[in-house]
This record gives sequence, C-alpha cells and structure tokens, in this order.
Amino acid sequence: MSITERGSQGARATTAEHETGRTKVSSVWSRLQLQNGIVYLGFIAIFIFFAVMLHDDGFLTTRNLTNIVLQTAPATIMAIGLVFALSAGEIDLSFGSTTAVAALCAAMAMQTMPALVGVFAGLGVGIAIGAFNGAMVAWLKLPSFLVTLATMGLFAGVARTLTDLRSIPVINDTFTGMFGSGDLFGVPSLVWWTIGAVAAGHIIFRHTPFGAHVLATGDNPRAAQVSGIKVPRIRFLVLTICGACAGLAGLLYAGRLQAAKYTLGESDLMIVIAAVIVGGTALNGGKGAIIGALVGSLLMGMLNNGLILMGLGVSDQMIVRGLIILLAVAISLRDINR
Amino acid sequence: MSTMMEQSTQTAHSDASPPLLSLNGIHKAFGGIVAIEELSLDLHPGEIVALVGDNGAGKSTLVKIISGVHRPTAGTIRLEGRETSFADASAARAHGIEVVYQDLALADQQTVYMNMFLGRELTHGPLRLLDRRRMIKDTEALVQELDVRIPSVRATIRDLSGGQRQGVAIARATRWASKLVLLDEPTAALGVAETAKVEKLILALKARNIAILIISHSLDQVFRLSDRICVLRRGQQIGIRRTSETDKNETVSMITGLH
Repeated sequence: MSITERGSQGARATTAEHETGRTKVSSVWSRLQLQNGIVYLGFIAIFIFFAVMLHDDGFLTTRNLTNIVLQTAPATIMAIGLVFALSAGEIDLSFGSTTAVAALCAAMAMQTMPALVGVFAGLGVGIAIGAFNGAMVAWLKLPSFLVTLATMGLFAGVARTLTDLRSIPVINDTFTGMFGSGDLFGVPSLVWWTIGAVAAGHIIFRHTPFGAHVLATGDNPRAAQVSGIKVPRIRFLVLTICGACAGLAGLLYAGRLQAAKYTLGESDLMIVIAAVIVGGTALNGGKGAIIGALVGSLLMGMLNNGLILMGLGVSDQMIVRGLIILLAVAISLRDINR
Repeated sequence: MSTMMEQSTQTAHSDASPPLLSLNGIHKAFGGIVAIEELSLDLHPGEIVALVGDNGAGKSTLVKIISGVHRPTAGTIRLEGRETSFADASAARAHGIEVVYQDLALADQQTVYMNMFLGRELTHGPLRLLDRRRMIKDTEALVQELDVRIPSVRATIRDLSGGQRQGVAIARATRWASKLVLLDEPTAALGVAETAKVEKLILALKARNIAILIISHSLDQVFRLSDRICVLRRGQQIGIRRTSETDKNETVSMITGLH
C-alpha cells in the first residue's frame, strides 16, 4: 500500500518537474493573452493557403478582406457572450434564436418609432431572454444545456409567429448607418462594433474581479462558493451577457441587411461554438479567451469566404468546413485533455 | 466525572491567555439525527487543538459550525468574549476564521496567485481592475516566507503536486486568517516528505499566534503537533487532554470506547 503510494508520489513529482519547464514557456504565452497559440497558427496557415490558392480570385483584395470582417461581426459578438458562458461552466444554445427575435423586435419597433427605440427594443429583448435562461439555471438549478435547448426552439418559434415568416424591412437611415453601412473615420461601423465589443469583453473577462469569478465558477464551483463568490449570481449574469450579445448581434444583422427575418442567426450556432472552442475556451469551464474567440470567428469567416471563392457548392462547403472544424477542435482540446 | 476533568483542563489553560473562541454547550441536530450531543471547547491564540474521533463522530459538523456553514441547534459561540453567530461562511471569514478543506477548494486551472485571492481580488483604479502585479508580489512574498516550494506563483494549480497544492491552500488560509485556522485532514493524501512540509507550515501558523483546530486521523501527527486533544465519539464529547499529559493508548481507548 505504502509502496504504491510512494510510487505514485514519485511519478507525480517527476511530472511536476517536467511541467515546470512547460509552465515557463506557457506563462509567456498567457502573459501575452495568447493562451491558445494554435488558433493564431491555424489562422495564418489558412490565410496563406487561401492567399496562394485564390490569388487570382480576389481573396487578397481589401474589399474581400473587409467583407470577411463585416460578415463575421455578428458571430464575433455572439462568440464573446459564449466565452463568458462556457468559462463559467454553462452553455447557451439559444443565442441564434435570440438574435432573430431581437432583430425582428428592433425592426418592428422602427416601423413607427425612432432608431433609439429600435436599439432598446433589440437589446432589451436579448437581455430579457438571456436573463430568463439565467434565472432558470441559477435559481431553479436546471442545466443550461437543457434550458437553452428548449428556449432555442421556443424563440425560433416566436420569431416565426412574430411576423408570419415575413421579413421586415429596416428603412431607418440613422439605424442602418449606425449598425450597418455607415462608417466613422473611414472605418465601417461594423468594424467599430467588433472592436468595441471585443475590447469591452476582454477587459471585463481578463481584468475585473467579475471575470475571475466567472473562471473560478466554471473551474470549481464549490471552491468559488466557499471563497465567497455568489455562484448562482455568476451563472445568471453570464447567460444574461449571452442574451445581450445576441441582441447586439441582431441589431448588426438588421443594420447590415436592412431587414430582419426569422432565419437570422439560424446557421450561427455551430460556427460560433467552433470559433470559441478553437479560440481556446474550454467546453467544460475554467478557461476562456475573448481575443482567441475573435480570431476563431475571423478564421471561420475566412474559411467560409475562401471555400465560396474556390467554387465549392453548398454541400461541399459544409463537408469541408465540418472536417476543418473537427480538426481544429481536436488540436485545441489536445492541451486540455492531457 | 469526565465533565469535571474537562473543566479543569480548560481552566488550567485559560490562566495563560483568554480564549479566542469559546464554544459552550454546542448541540447540533439535523432533523431527528443528533450530530453533536454537547460540546464545550476553548481555543487559544497560538495553540493547536486536535479534534479526533472515528468517522461520524461529529468532527466535520463542528468545523462547519465554527466556520459559519451550519448554525448550532443550541449553545453559544463566543469570539474574544463576545457572543457571536455567523450567518454564513463569509461572516466567519470576515472575523478572521479560515478553513482549509479536505478537497482544498482550489480552482485547478487558475494560477496560484489568483487562487490566493479567490473572491477577494485586489483591484486598482476607478474601474476596479485586477491588480495582478500586487497579487503576484504579495503571493510571492507569502510563499517565500512560508517556504512553500512551487515553481512559480503564476503556475496553474493542476501543474503542482499534491503537497504543493496543500501548501497553497494553507498559505491562502495564512494570508487571510487573523485569528483561527480550521484544518480538515490536511495531510490525508500526502506522502511522508510532503506531510513533514505541511506540518512545518502548520507550526509556522502557530508561531504567528493563530489558533488552530486540526482534524486528523493520524495519531502520530496529533501527538507531534497538538497542545491539546479533543476526542469525539458518535457526537459525544469524550474529553479533552493536554497532549503532554496523555498517551496514544489513552487516546485510542477514548476514541473507540474500549479499554
């Protein structure tokens, strides 16, 4: 008995020594907030691949590259919310439906009322749905997977009944300028929203006690609780943040497309989850990266763009994208499962 | 008869210094199940009291009562002479009482320094942003002072050995405890060398004039560390002995009830 114990102790000690070296290297990474280097390498590799392969198809043009950023803006914002949820050990599957409902509510409000009302309507609906998810998880102690699986379907239905499957045009110039086609200092508004949301998300996540409490809750809820962290409150807040991000994403969709439809956000679920995981956020909590999620989201957008430029049909695109996501996720999780 | 002996042991000690924490007639029942029949115990600054007894004796319940997780069904808790009742664990912590749990309560994927300040992070500026530099500096100083050998305070907990983790948990308690540290089986999962290091840490705590209540199943350890031994059996307080005035045989028979 004591021999086996001693044996395992010895083994453990050598692993610890072994990992001391690794810790030094990885601490440089983490200090640069690049916890998951693989997403950056993958991003550069795929970028170079497309740049070479699609040189004559206009991949490298400023217009195309800007387009990628504009198209990924809503997904990036949703990804920021999801980083908070996953880091806290929760998940949100309903953000796609929330995006659609928020966009529709904003569009409907702006048919008769000014842009500001539309903005509040969209964001308000997003926050309300997120708070509903959060309350079910935090205080009724229901698993977030099941709660948001249910609300995903529920609000997809709401989005359909709201407008009888019709799309609602958004003709408010102030709104479409702010959330779509407009620009400031020559930079498109969607880029500003992306930068703003990523910066705010990153600061809250990495540099506030709240961010630390989110990570601790996802890492070890009991440790968080005995350390005085109000775990249910954290769970409520991360899902509310998810809803707020989905609401903002809905506004960006409505602004860019100058219309809202129940299908908005429908296809974002897999892409956003993949972007977040590839970006270095752990599926089971305790680890997350906002900048990584941004790069992951841009990677997904670039993949989408490149595959279209390569002339792949929709079904082939889905297969290739699925395979690449699988590969990327496998590589990113390698470190976590060791 | 045994109550009289306890009383005399307690009074004998209180000549030296007034008790920091005074438990009087503590009774705890969960529904119809009595976890602690009646317990009275004084804890003094700079003193290590060992709490021993078989599984189900009520040791963990007592720790939870002192740390504010449970409230006693009857009896009084006096902290520095004033009657107190802790609403929850945070209230006890605010009074300088820290617990090192058996499972350590560390967030494995976070760094040592973030665990050290878990739930009590240092911030700066009007935006109350994390002051990582100060947390790292504080942790480094503490770890050095207590001689907890870890590769770096920036290392994540899961990269540490069991003894190193235990060291971090105790260092955290040291950082925040101004009065009392409760240790629940601090060396149960450790090897010989690591146990020795942790015991050194516990003695360092004692030297800081902190009161320590330690639960341990190892009588060797109890006799190495403690000043007094409090024995529980199935919720009954069997007795309190000065460690220097008793031996393992007596303690074992008190724990088991066999002579």
